[in-house]
Amino acid sequence: MAIKKMGWKELMPGDAISGGTAAEFETGDWRSEKPIFHKENCINCYFCWAYCPDSAILLDENKKVVGIDYKYCKGCGICDRECPTKKEKRAITMETERK
Amino acid sequence: MPGLRDLVKKSDPLTGGHRACAGCGAPIVVRQVLMSSKDPVVVVSATGCLEVVTTIFPYSAWTVPFLHNAFENSAATCSGIEAAYQALKRTGKIKEGQHINFVAFGGDGGTYDIGFQSLSGAVERGHDMLYVCYNNEAYMNTGIQRSSATPKGASTTTAPAGKVIPGKVQFSKNLTEIMVAHEMPYVAQSAVGFWRDLTSKAEKAFSIRGPKFINVLQPCRLGWGYKPADTAAIGRLAADTCVWPLYEVENGKYKLTYKPKEKKPVVEFLKSQDRFRHLLKPGNEAILESIQKETDKRWEALLAKSEG
Repeated sequence: MAIKKMGWKELMPGDAISGGTAAEFETGDWRSEKPIFHKENCINCYFCWAYCPDSAILLDENKKVVGIDYKYCKGCGICDRECPTKKEKRAITMETERK
Repeated sequence: MPGLRDLVKKSDPLTGGHRACAGCGAPIVVRQVLMSSKDPVVVVSATGCLEVVTTIFPYSAWTVPFLHNAFENSAATCSGIEAAYQALKRTGKIKEGQHINFVAFGGDGGTYDIGFQSLSGAVERGHDMLYVCYNNEAYMNTGIQRSSATPKGASTTTAPAGKVIPGKVQFSKNLTEIMVAHEMPYVAQSAVGFWRDLTSKAEKAFSIRGPKFINVLQPCRLGWGYKPADTAAIGRLAADTCVWPLYEVENGKYKLTYKPKEKKPVVEFLKSQDRFRHLLKPGNEAILESIQKETDKRWEALLAKSEG
């Protein structure tokens, strides 16, 4: 996590900053629970994607769900809760994060 | 009506790496609303959780043009940007180009209380903009103080449940109805947990020219006290218990957009959250009853208007 404090000479007038730079900040280390994606059970309903607060559901070029972006995932578990797959064939399960 | 298969093809207005709590509903509201826009968007936010967590200096999670001004004036700022854009078009300084959707976000504090005058003014002037209130029913950003959106009986740090009072004493202000009284083209109420409802309301709002307002109930895992995974489920429970009905008012015409299959008792909603936990102890039956009665009264009034 590189936090660089800029001086006044480097900053833009009005302290304007370029957009989307939060992507450099990794919030994945907040996680205590970890979602695990099981591709074979995924039906691509995108409910996890629609409800992920952290834009951490990874899609491939064909817009199929391929996994979780652990760089940003805070482990809230909404994806697991909203996943409509049946108990014995879950597409997302939660487990305790091991560090 | 956009399906999720269409929405996934859009670029995300927010990146990951913002500092919202795990399970926060605000980014869910923002993503679903902004991705429903066919045209480019310009976003203004009032001071509040959303502004703070997405723009911690020197980072910004926004991939769309974003401006924050102050707590009380997100609607005024947004209306100013819209007016400037129209003036530049009128004077020929920019060519008649693509339509731009101007969107202002505010929490319930920045909408119901502090930013209300600027919102009311912007609507009266008739600016072409959408105002979205992500309503988490208290000042969550500064540590859960009561607002006029806080429901009766909820414990907050400035109206804590104790021996003297059982949490907030008053009922919440019905802001959606106040916005309807502005006789604006489009007013709607939605909640986190109903992606299709929210995205179709946002899409409809973007298709209308003039001021639009959407009040979205956004469960807050920190201030409401529940497991972070339940954010969307609690939003659905609010609609099922009729605490937060989903409806829209287009040019004064009411339409219920979600009718629960079975109207659940309000207690179901209250017992799902720590902020109401004290109400379930013996001796608080009268408060529970008054909350149920008020909920029924508002629901019946809404039903009557939707049918008429």
